Amino acid sequence: MSVEAKSTQRMMTFMMYAMLLVFALVTLLPFFYLLCSAFKTKEAFFSSHFLPRGEGFLGIDWGGLTFEHFRVLFTDPSLRFGRSVLNSVFLASVTSIFATLFSAMGGYALAKFAFRGNKLITGIVLASLIIPGPLLLAPGYQLIYNLGLLDSYAGLIIPGLAPAFGIFLFRQSMVNSIPVDLMEAARIDGCGEIRMFFGIVLPLIKPMAGAFLLITFLGAWNNFIGPQIILQSPEKFPLAVSIAQLKGLYGTNYGLLMAGTLVSIMPVMCLFLLLQKDFISGLTSGAVKG
Amino acid sequence: MNLSATHPKWAPYFFIAPFLIIFSVFMAYPMVQSMILATQQTFGPQTTQFVGMGNFSDLWSDPLFWRAIRNTFLYAVASVTIQLPLSLGLAVLLNSKRLKGRAFFRLVFFSPSLVGIVFVAMMFALMFHERDGLINAFLRQIIPSFPEELPWLQIYVMPALVIASLWMYVGFNMIYFLAALQGVDSTLLEAAEIDGAGRWDRFRHVVLPQIAPVTGFIMLLSIIGSMQLFELPYILLGGPGPENRGLTIVMYLYQYGFEIGDLGYASAIGWSLALILMGMALVQRAATRRATNVG
Repeated sequence: MSVEAKSTQRMMTFMMYAMLLVFALVTLLPFFYLLCSAFKTKEAFFSSHFLPRGEGFLGIDWGGLTFEHFRVLFTDPSLRFGRSVLNSVFLASVTSIFATLFSAMGGYALAKFAFRGNKLITGIVLASLIIPGPLLLAPGYQLIYNLGLLDSYAGLIIPGLAPAFGIFLFRQSMVNSIPVDLMEAARIDGCGEIRMFFGIVLPLIKPMAGAFLLITFLGAWNNFIGPQIILQSPEKFPLAVSIAQLKGLYGTNYGLLMAGTLVSIMPVMCLFLLLQKDFISGLTSGAVKG
Repeated sequence: MNLSATHPKWAPYFFIAPFLIIFSVFMAYPMVQSMILATQQTFGPQTTQFVGMGNFSDLWSDPLFWRAIRNTFLYAVASVTIQLPLSLGLAVLLNSKRLKGRAFFRLVFFSPSLVGIVFVAMMFALMFHERDGLINAFLRQIIPSFPEELPWLQIYVMPALVIASLWMYVGFNMIYFLAALQGVDSTLLEAAEIDGAGRWDRFRHVVLPQIAPVTGFIMLLSIIGSMQLFELPYILLGGPGPENRGLTIVMYLYQYGFEIGDLGYASAIGWSLALILMGMALVQRAATRRATNVG
């Protein structure tokens, strides 16, 4: 390669990193802003955009930082914030575990069994993918009301336990990854159908199940409109609804609001960092294979 | 297809049963019910009155509904046309063979997708503060004549929503584009390079046609998602905002169904949205078919 070509190539590489770093910075800045805002005292809040400037170590006014907002969040009984954290953990865990189980079961039936109705049900699954969620809000609310499930976790959780999207995703990933020969051999050895599903099939699709578990956990954790419509008692609210209420009540106490927001997004961030590899490949697997 | 036939008869029905039960009760039944509801006026979930197609003719002449439609389309078109080129650009950069630290950048760009829209709205409510917010402070730094105050959440509601949506979704769409780019046939690219095609020509004539199906899919998903905008303006503005500048179709549905208590009118709004979205999906399908037939 000529010297000239080499230097253009070096220039291109430099430009590429420069652009990526600028975008990375823009992406991360709101997180850093949130982090700083959650720890700033009311007095220091608008004195600077990130950490309060002052005479202290590193030119930061350390006295302008405080844990006060977190203390208020978790000790003020009228906010019920600690309770909301537990509610979100409960709702997201139960929803994601059962939605993953039922989706894997449904996908397995459609991908691996010849039975009457297979084609029809597959068609129904595909068709219901295009139904927009908001269409079901009003009739869904009426149904939950008529079933007497208003203001109950059952009314919030059960409708989301067998998402068509999940059935479709598992069906796609099982069609080629579960050998029928293996299933038939297991049957000859006297393995029951249920033991086969839990003992042979589920372990084979573990990465996919892990990714889907995370997706549904995230979805339930971040769900706002469902609990907003179905729940009425404040002690049952998950974080998304509690935070919205907090904004209505303490609209200008930004430190408190940002502390609440930080607490709300930290658990999913940590969970994701732990399991991120599976997550991203699982997300795109259904889309790209089609 | 490779299907099992030696199984006991009950097995597939047992595995598909949870889906069938939940689908019939919480999806199929409400779907039918929403058609009935759309012909009624309701006062809360119990009291109803038959109005026939009255809801739809009321909608047709309801200026707020048209306002909601206009806002929603404006947002969807603006955010998707800015989002997708940025997502594709980032994916192209990340797909470079010489790049080190791809996993790090991918993780960074994806991270906003983990934050629920409600929490994004909380963060941006502060960042859009008319005087002291981060966004105005930044703009004052780079534009000397930038005003002391810029009331994003009072006047410039749509631009504010689009900016927040960029932060949320650019990285998410990038993941799909990156997956598509990694599937591009490299022998074709090498052949084009030997034939003397430049960087841009190779991108334009080899890469773009190959990722066209995924691009169409991402575009459709983004538009369908954008057309259902609700939480972001609802939390950011605490409702439709001044002069309904942030009123969207789903917010209007929510207001009618759950603040006013008319589930019938809300269902009519829901069906209008569903028909718009189905129309878009059909157009996209036809366009993809034409593109693949020609190409």
